[in-house]
Amino acid sequence: MAIDNEMVRKIAFLSRLKIEDNKLEDAKDEFNKIFKWIEELNEIDTSNVSPMASANDVSLKLREDAVTDGNYKDEILKNAPSAEYDYFAVPKVVE
Amino acid sequence: MSDITKLTIHETLAALKNKDFSASELTRAYLSNMEKSKHLNAYITECGEYALEQAQESDDNYLHGNNRKLEGIPLGIKDLFCTKNIRTTAASHILDNFIPPYESTVTSNLLNDGAIFLGKLNLDEFAMGGSNETSYFGPVINPWSKNVELVPGGSSGGSAAAVAAHLCAGATGTDTGGSIRQPAAFCGCTGIKPTYGRCSRYGIVAFASSLDQAGPIAQDVRDCAILLQSMAGFDNKDSTSCDIAVPDYEKFIGKDISGLKIGIPKEYRSEDLNEDVNKYWQMSVELLQKRGAVIKEVSLPHTKYALPTYYVLAPAEASSNLARYDGIRYGYRGEGEHLDNLYINTRTTGFGKEVKRRIMIGTYVLSAGYYDAYYLKAQKMRRLIYNDFMDAFKDCDLILTPTSPITAFPIGDAHMLSNPINMYLNDIYTVSVNLAGLPALSLPIGLAQNGLPLGMQLIGKPFAEGTIFQAASALEEDAHFERI
Amino acid sequence: MENIIETEKAKWEIVVGLEIHCQIISKSKIFSGASTEFGDDPNVNVSFVDAGMPGMLPTLNKECVRQAVKTGLGLNAKINTYSEFSRKNYFYADMPTGYQITQFKYPIVGEGEVVIDLADGKSKKIGIERMHIEQDAGKSIHDLSPNKTYIDLNRAGVGLMEIVTKPDFRSPEEAGAFLRKLRSILRYLGTCDGNMDEGSMRCDVNVSVRPYGSDELRTRCEMKNVNSVKFVMQAIENEAKRQIEVYENNGNVIQETRQFDPSTGQTKVMRKKEFAHDYRYFPEPDLPALVLSEQYIEEIRRDLVELPDAKKQRFINTMGLTPYDAMVICENKDVADFFEKASHNHDAKKVANWMMSDFFAMLNKKKLSIDESPVSAENLGNLVELISKDVISGKIAKEVFEIMAETGDNPEKIVEEKGLKQVTDTKAIEDIIDRVIADNPDNVEAYKKGKTNLLGWFVGQTIKLSQGKANPSIVNQLIRKKLDN
Repeated sequence: MAIDNEMVRKIAFLSRLKIEDNKLEDAKDEFNKIFKWIEELNEIDTSNVSPMASANDVSLKLREDAVTDGNYKDEILKNAPSAEYDYFAVPKVVE
Repeated sequence: MSDITKLTIHETLAALKNKDFSASELTRAYLSNMEKSKHLNAYITECGEYALEQAQESDDNYLHGNNRKLEGIPLGIKDLFCTKNIRTTAASHILDNFIPPYESTVTSNLLNDGAIFLGKLNLDEFAMGGSNETSYFGPVINPWSKNVELVPGGSSGGSAAAVAAHLCAGATGTDTGGSIRQPAAFCGCTGIKPTYGRCSRYGIVAFASSLDQAGPIAQDVRDCAILLQSMAGFDNKDSTSCDIAVPDYEKFIGKDISGLKIGIPKEYRSEDLNEDVNKYWQMSVELLQKRGAVIKEVSLPHTKYALPTYYVLAPAEASSNLARYDGIRYGYRGEGEHLDNLYINTRTTGFGKEVKRRIMIGTYVLSAGYYDAYYLKAQKMRRLIYNDFMDAFKDCDLILTPTSPITAFPIGDAHMLSNPINMYLNDIYTVSVNLAGLPALSLPIGLAQNGLPLGMQLIGKPFAEGTIFQAASALEEDAHFERI
Repeated sequence: MENIIETEKAKWEIVVGLEIHCQIISKSKIFSGASTEFGDDPNVNVSFVDAGMPGMLPTLNKECVRQAVKTGLGLNAKINTYSEFSRKNYFYADMPTGYQITQFKYPIVGEGEVVIDLADGKSKKIGIERMHIEQDAGKSIHDLSPNKTYIDLNRAGVGLMEIVTKPDFRSPEEAGAFLRKLRSILRYLGTCDGNMDEGSMRCDVNVSVRPYGSDELRTRCEMKNVNSVKFVMQAIENEAKRQIEVYENNGNVIQETRQFDPSTGQTKVMRKKEFAHDYRYFPEPDLPALVLSEQYIEEIRRDLVELPDAKKQRFINTMGLTPYDAMVICENKDVADFFEKASHNHDAKKVANWMMSDFFAMLNKKKLSIDESPVSAENLGNLVELISKDVISGKIAKEVFEIMAETGDNPEKIVEEKGLKQVTDTKAIEDIIDRVIADNPDNVEAYKKGKTNLLGWFVGQTIKLSQGKANPSIVNQLIRKKLDN
């Protein structure tokens, strides 16, 4: 499955990253190299193998429903690049 | 008295109890080493004042007999662990002004046991890299460097370099594909990545959640056992943490290994194996055998697929884990008149090249139309790799392999930088362990002909860290590796 | 009911499916210990987990799971003992982690069905495709600053249940009936307050049309976050008309997300993005699979409250209510509970009649909810009892009820104090009758000549002179006796 420039642009946008037009070609070549290597996986037939998401099989523990956290808005906001009136502020979003 | 910073943690603890020197003196000695070794670039953030305050408290505790398990031991913390009120950067521009209002569980365990934090150690940006060259704060220099500046390995390069150069008594690291073991090997240190779920991931900046695990890097096996003892344990803030009691790891040190079955994976014995690596691997086998261990040949047939599997799964999780760095709630913010501009400018400037490469690989393998071909395929391969280990462990207690196929290489090495895959291949012996969630330790075994340290890796069954310490301490004793 | 849209050119049928997001009632958020309280100052009920701080991890709230299982049982749905969480990746300012933790491949609740009651008295089964649990986003506030959007994360991480129906609706009315029924079920269960205007229940509407009689599924359009039952019905109506027009002008409907504009009732296309969304779902590595035991599910099933359909049936079968009255009374659990309390040991049918007429009218007029009613359930029951025992007449009862609505007093006390007891003393009534007969010789004459329908007039006059207190059946009896002699 070869990756073309348009695909690189799409992946970059989905990742919210910018690739300058003059770097597109290089990026494409590099991705194709990496995916050619990754496609070695196709040497193995895995049609009867169940996927594995995690190495540990702990059962999910549930937390009691109690308010034990929050109520420290200053700490929530203190690292914000822009905060006004106790809100995080971003450029106007046009719906 | 000779240099007190060269003592191991267990020696230091004995000396502190014996009042040979105070925690404050010790801390000042480390701070002075740090001052003299700034060129190594091991620390991103130093917190001398905080350390001296803690040391004072430790001295009080010793005075009143309230000393805890790690009272007064000065440690370096990989800058991936969030530390309350101490800047935590993940070696990234995007977090270079982030001051967490909370403490990670692992570091808070260490603090509760009386450890002192000297500062935050350099690493590959977001732990993505094997040479520490992707750090926004510049590369760390391997203390073993002579004429040419060498990499310390990565991603926990700062941790390994700081331990090797005695800029801390021990350090925390994290390991997603070899990030504790490979730099430990490159710098002549000992490091262990415990079983997935052994240490809480709460408060550790996430790279690949299903693979990340914290562990210590220290001067010897016993120190690793002591530090892991403190770091490990169940945490209800991490749903993947295991509720299994932590055994007394130090008790395994020096325990007889006769009858212990050591597996040697035949697939790892390839033709192009480095001569030095092969020699020390053989030597290790013989040393263990002499102590009565039984050597078994085992097979890990899918091991050669571990790297491509890893380079699908880890970037996939990373692409999602790193979506939160958007310039809105914390960290660096780029210019942007619209939200999308703001995101793109923030992330394009805030992340380094390797991180961006992995985010894009991860985005691609999860995207519609490619999920089955790459992500699902890799999840299935992960199962096969896991099954290999489980089958192998039917015949043995531990598996012995080299840690890395090479020794530390020069910073800016043309071959490594020419193609990202060249760098990825250095993790060939370590990544499969993360995919299977197993514990594994690297210890220094000797020097290669180029005068640089080589490491051996011992892989254990889930939660068999004790058995690893047992065999590793035996091997350590026989190998007579000489630290800096 | 046939649901056909007939144009000059053809007959069309509407096909609608709904996706409803329901905020789970719980004290703390689904993946953190922060409060779910609504209306506090911005960013107060936010934990480091909710703010997506580095290294923060989700932990699942037990109550949210229980609420989801309860809701699943209320939807007559299959509860999956194995379910998984997934991440849905997208960037938005009020989504702090850049992904939503939701369920994708393995939801906690599978297929189910809900019976809706239609205006013509018929009912219809609506299929439930699935229900999963997930976290809510924060809120973007666009109107506080001319050039900035403000982000409040108080809502971020509140638990949601997303209910997805099958495309079973054929008219706006069916969709409306479903939403009312769903809200009723959720409120009975106490799993969601169902307030669409406050956003605790939000509806996405998928609309397509097809030639009547065909069973194809054509391209659908989605309208997100339509926030009232009325608007959902309007959106369906107008979107269907739009699509029919497109087809009848030889066009093609494009799959897109459209926005419903409540001010015009119309739908319009939302701004198109350069690239379509690609949510890149994958298993949430921070949460192991959720495994429930059969025993756990059975325990919840055993403790489940009686749901509106069962209650309605019981009211019809054992209490003699009409299906319509039973439906109205059972829609709201508080009303049904009030009814049961009021009719305890009293004539249930009469209590229902009173509730459906004077009682609801009084609440409406006073703009009160049932739990604020000045007339208690016990007092309404007692009032009915006074009528049944002939202590007061129906007419006097209305007067007593008016006083009860003002003072909240019990009816016995009012009747006693105001001297409103029916007169059953025959001597007293006979005296009044004699006066009526004496004063109206013409009518007596006419009656005797065969105009027997004047009997009612005599009864009326007598009761009027008794100021309503004479017992009508006694009056009737006595008049007959006197006139027929």
